[in-house]
Amino acid sequence: MTNFDPAFFVEVLVGGLLSGVMYALVAIGFVLVYKTSGVFNFAQGAMLLFAALTFVSLVEKGVPFALAFLVTLAVMALLGIAIERTVLRPLVNKPPITLFMATLGLAYVLEGSAQLLWGTQVHGLELGIDDKPFIIHGVLISSFDLFAAAVAAGMVALLAFVFQRTRIGLAFRAVADDQFAALAVGLRLPVIWSAVWIAAGFVALIAGLLWGARLGVQFSLSLVVLKALPVLVLGGFDSIPGAIVGGLLIGATEKLAEVYLGGYVGGGIESWCAYVFALGVLLIRPQGLFGQRLVERA
Amino acid sequence: MTNAYDAQQSRGLLPAWGYLLGIGVVAYGIVPLLASDYVYDAILAPFLALSLAAVGLNLLTGYAGQVSLGSAAFMAVGAFAAYNFNLRIDGLPFILSVLFAGLTAAGFGVVFGLPSLRLKGFYLALSTLAAQFFVEWALTKFDWFSNYNSSGVIDAPPIVIFGVPFSGPSGRYYFALTVVLLLSAFAARLVNTQTGRNFIAVRDNETAARIIGVPVFKTKLLAAAVSSFIIGIAGILWAFAYLRTVEPHGFNLDRSFEILFIIIIGGLATLRGAFLGAALIVVLPLVLSRIGTLLLGGYFNSGVLDMSQRILIGALIIVFLIVEPDGLAALWIRARNRFFGALTSRRPAREVTA
Amino acid sequence: MERHRKKTSFLSGLAASLTLFAGALTTSASADEQFFPLQSYRVGPYAAGGTGFFGGTIDYFNLINSRDGGVNGIKLTWDECETQYEVERGVECYERLKSHANIAAWNPLSVGIAYAMIDRITQDKVPLITINHGRTDSTDGRVFPYVFPLLLNPYSETSGIINYIAAKEGGEANLKGKKIVVLYHGSPYGKETIPIYELLSKKLGFTVQQIEVPHPGNEQQAQWLTIRQAKPDYVVLRGWGVMNPVALKTAQKTGFPADHIIGNVWSNSEEDVIPAGDAAVGYTAITTQASGAEYPVLQEIVKTLYDSGKGNLEDKKRIGSVYHNLGIVNGILNVEAVRIAQEKFGKRTLTGDEVRWGFEHLHLDEKRVADLGAKGLFHSINVTWDNHEGDGRVTFQQWDGKKWKVVSDWIAPDWKLLRPIIEKSSEAYAKEKGLKIRSAGDADKVTSIDVKGESTKN
Repeated sequence: MTNFDPAFFVEVLVGGLLSGVMYALVAIGFVLVYKTSGVFNFAQGAMLLFAALTFVSLVEKGVPFALAFLVTLAVMALLGIAIERTVLRPLVNKPPITLFMATLGLAYVLEGSAQLLWGTQVHGLELGIDDKPFIIHGVLISSFDLFAAAVAAGMVALLAFVFQRTRIGLAFRAVADDQFAALAVGLRLPVIWSAVWIAAGFVALIAGLLWGARLGVQFSLSLVVLKALPVLVLGGFDSIPGAIVGGLLIGATEKLAEVYLGGYVGGGIESWCAYVFALGVLLIRPQGLFGQRLVERA
Repeated sequence: MTNAYDAQQSRGLLPAWGYLLGIGVVAYGIVPLLASDYVYDAILAPFLALSLAAVGLNLLTGYAGQVSLGSAAFMAVGAFAAYNFNLRIDGLPFILSVLFAGLTAAGFGVVFGLPSLRLKGFYLALSTLAAQFFVEWALTKFDWFSNYNSSGVIDAPPIVIFGVPFSGPSGRYYFALTVVLLLSAFAARLVNTQTGRNFIAVRDNETAARIIGVPVFKTKLLAAAVSSFIIGIAGILWAFAYLRTVEPHGFNLDRSFEILFIIIIGGLATLRGAFLGAALIVVLPLVLSRIGTLLLGGYFNSGVLDMSQRILIGALIIVFLIVEPDGLAALWIRARNRFFGALTSRRPAREVTA
Repeated sequence: MERHRKKTSFLSGLAASLTLFAGALTTSASADEQFFPLQSYRVGPYAAGGTGFFGGTIDYFNLINSRDGGVNGIKLTWDECETQYEVERGVECYERLKSHANIAAWNPLSVGIAYAMIDRITQDKVPLITINHGRTDSTDGRVFPYVFPLLLNPYSETSGIINYIAAKEGGEANLKGKKIVVLYHGSPYGKETIPIYELLSKKLGFTVQQIEVPHPGNEQQAQWLTIRQAKPDYVVLRGWGVMNPVALKTAQKTGFPADHIIGNVWSNSEEDVIPAGDAAVGYTAITTQASGAEYPVLQEIVKTLYDSGKGNLEDKKRIGSVYHNLGIVNGILNVEAVRIAQEKFGKRTLTGDEVRWGFEHLHLDEKRVADLGAKGLFHSINVTWDNHEGDGRVTFQQWDGKKWKVVSDWIAPDWKLLRPIIEKSSEAYAKEKGLKIRSAGDADKVTSIDVKGESTKN
C-alpha cells in the first residue's frame, strides 16, 4: 500500500464492523448457553446448520416463508428441550470439559441427522434483499450487511427485553449468578435450561438464515463457529454486550490487518490474526473485555 | 477436572515391569503373527500415532490441567521439522532428525504455552487455537517448509536407524511401536517423579501449590514443553509411518479434537486411557462401517450409512460421557477388580465406585 | 446393579461386533471381472461433488455392463467406501479394498487422498487416476509411472484460462497492460499455480495480483475490497467449496461484475453457483467436459438406467450436471483404457500394470470420442508413457441463472511452455526419493502377475 486512501480505510473499517456483526450473531448463541448453564456449546454451529437446512428445505417444498420460519422455530424448540433432557440433565455437575465434549458429540448427531433428513445438496437462500451496494462519500456499503446488522440489533433488543423485563429473564439471571442460590429459592433449573436452549435455537435460526443467505445453505455453514470463537475470547464467554463489542472489534481488526498488513506476509492471515489479537487483549485482561472476573476456587 | 484415577491406581496386581513385559511380548511377538498389511497400515499405524499424541496431551491436560485445542499443530510442527532436518542436514542420522523435531515442537509448545501463565479454563483452551491456525497457515504459506513442492506436500523419507531400514508395513510398525513404548515409559516415569507431582499440584490448586513451594510458572511451561515434544513425535509417526505423504491441512482442528476426545474417553490423567481411547476412536468407526455395509449395504447407499454412523458415533460419545465419565481406564480397572475379586472371594462383584 | 448390567451388555455388544467385523474382512471375487475400488464421499462438506462424480462413473459402468455385457465380456464391478473427503478414511479404504482381486484402477477424486496413495499404488503397480486434479508433476510419466492426472493438470488449467482471456480480448497482444487478480484458496491446492501466473504475466505483459482467501473462505470482505481498490480487468477464482459462492456474493456486494470473473476447474459446478443466486449470473468457468444431457451417451444412460430406476443419482435433475458429466467422462476414460489394454494383452481380466499400459496408450481422437457418443462432451485425449495428462482441451461455460452454457471453442493450453517446469519439479521429486527415471523401454515392461500381497518387501 503505497499511498494511504482515507475513503478506502473507512470502507474497510465499515465492512469489517458489519462482518463483525455477523460474527457476534453466532457468538451470542454461545453466550446464552454458557452464561446460564456453564456449557461451552460447540454444537452451536451444527444447530445453525440444522435450522437453516430445515428452513430452506421447507421453503423449497413450497411452504410459505413465514410458516416455514415458525415450523423451524418449533423444531428448534423441541430440539432444545430434547438436548436438555438427554444430554444436559444426565451430565449435570460434570466438569466443564466433559460437557464440552458432549456438545461435540451432539454436533455429530445434529450434522448427521440434518443431512440424513434433508440430503447433502447445496441450497441457495434468498431473503429478498437486493444486495446492490450503495456509496456514501465514496465509501461503499452493502445493503445486505446493513440489513443483517439491523436484524442483529433487533434480536439483541429482544433478548435484552426478555432478560431485563420478564420473569423468565429474571430467573435466567438468577441462575447465571448462582445456581445453588437459584435452586434454593425454588427455581426449577431444568425448565430454565430448556428455555435457554430454545433461545439458543432461536439465535441459531436467525444466524443460520443470515449466514445461509451469504454462503448458501450447506455443510460448511457449521464452520462459521470458528469465526465466533475469537469473539468469545475477546468479549468474554458470559456477556452479550461483550459478544457484540468483541464481534465489532474482531471484524474491524481482521479486515484492516488483512488489507494493510496481509501484503507484507503474503496475505491470508485472517484465519489466525483474530486469535492473536484476542490473545493480546486477554494477556492484559484475562477475563475478556466484559467477562466476569472468576473467583478462584479449588 | 476429574482426578479420581491417578498414577497410583493404575498399579494393579502385577508389578509394573510385569505389565511392560507382557505388552512387549504381545506387541513384538504375537501381533506380527496375526497382523495382515491391512491391520498394520489401516489400524495399528494410526492407533500408535494417535495413542502417542494422546499420551502427550494427557500430560498437559490430564496431569497439568491445561486444556489444549491445538495438538494437531504440534504434530504438524514435528512432522515438518523432521522432514526438513532430514532433508537439509546432510548425513544427519534419522533418529536425530526425529529428536530435533521433537525439540522444535517443544520450543513451540513453550511459546504457545506462555498464555497459560495468565489464562485459565476455556479462555486458555481457545487461545491454543491461535497455535492451531497459525501453524497451519505458516506451513502452507512458506514453501520452504515443504521444500518448494508445487503441491505443498511432504513425502516420508526412508526410515533407517543405525543402518537398519524399517520399511514395509511391519517395519514401520516396529519403528512406531518402539518409539511409542519408549516415550510412554518416559511419561509413566515422569508422572511418578516430583515433577509429575508438581503437575498435579498445579492442576488441583495453583495457589496451594505455590505456597508449598512448587515453581508454578516453570512447571506449567515444562508441562507444555514435554507434552509438545511427545505430540511432535506423534506427528512424525502420523506423517512417516502412517500416511507417508501429508499436507498441512491434514493437521487441522478436527485432528486436535480427535486427540482431545481420545483422552476424555480414555480417561484423564491415566496413560492407559490414552491407548484405550485411541483404540476406540480408531476402531469404532471401522467396525460400524463394516457392520453397516455388511448388514444394510444392500438397502441403503454408502452416504445414508455413513450419516447414520455419524449420528451413532456422536450418540455413543454422549452416552459414554454420561455412563462412564472417568473414561475407559476406569472401566478397565473396575472390570479387572471385578474379575480378580470374583476369583478370590467367589462372591458376586460389587460396584467399586458408586 | 442397573449400571452394571448396562456395561456388560455394552461389552458383549462389542464382542459381537468384533466377530462380525472379522467376518466382513473376507471379500469374494470372480474370474471374469475388472474391479474398481471407489473411494467415494457422499457425506460431509463436499458431498454434493462426490455424489455427482461417483454417480456419473457408476452410471457409465452400469451402462457398459447392461448394454454391452461388460468390456469384451469382462464385467465391471466396484465397491464404494465412504471417505467423507478425509485422508485417513481414504487410506483406510485403500487398505481395505486393495486386497480385492482384479483391481483395474483407483479413482479417489481427492487431492489429499491421492497424495497419500502415490507410494502405495506405485508399489502395488496399480494406476491412480486423478482426473482434472492431483500433483502437477505427476504428469511426467517418467517419474510417476502409475499416476494419471488425466485431461487437465493445474498448470494447463492456468494456461487455458489465460488463453481464454486473451481470446476474449482479441489476441495475446491485447493482454499487454491488462490487470488480472487471482483469488486463491489458502491451501497447497490454491497456491499451486502462483508461479505459473507470474510466468505468464511476464511472458505476455499483463500484471497479476494474487490474493489469498484463508480456508474455508466464508468471509471475503477484505479481499474484495482490495480487489475493488485494484480495479482489475478480470478476476480468476481458484476456489474450493464454500469459498466460491461467497466470492460471487461478495463480488456483487462490492460491485464487481460477475461476467469478468473466471472460475477454475474446481469452481465450475452447479453447487458453486446455485447458493450465490443472482450474483452468479454471467459468471464464467473453465471445464474439460461440457454440461447438459443432450449427448448420446447421456441419453443412453437415461434410457437404459434412469428410465428403469437403476440410475445412481437420487435427484434426476442432476443428470448432466458438471460433476455428473465429469464422472461419466472419467468412466469412459477408465473403460477405454481397459479396452485398449485388452487389445494388447487379450480379452481377459487384466492386472493393474496391464491397465497402466492401457492408460499409457489411451488415445481417443475426436472420431473415437464421437463413436463413444461423447461428441461435444469432451474433446479428445492422447496419453503417452511420459505424458500422463494427455493434452486435454478446455472449454468455457457461462452460468445463466439456470444452467451452464458453453461460450467458447475447445482451447488448447500452452503445453510446451509448461513441460520444462513440470520436469524440473518431478526430477526434484525423483532425486529426493531416490527414484530411477523411467525410459520408454521401461514403460513397455508389464507385470502380468498380480503383485499385491508381496508389497511387504518394499
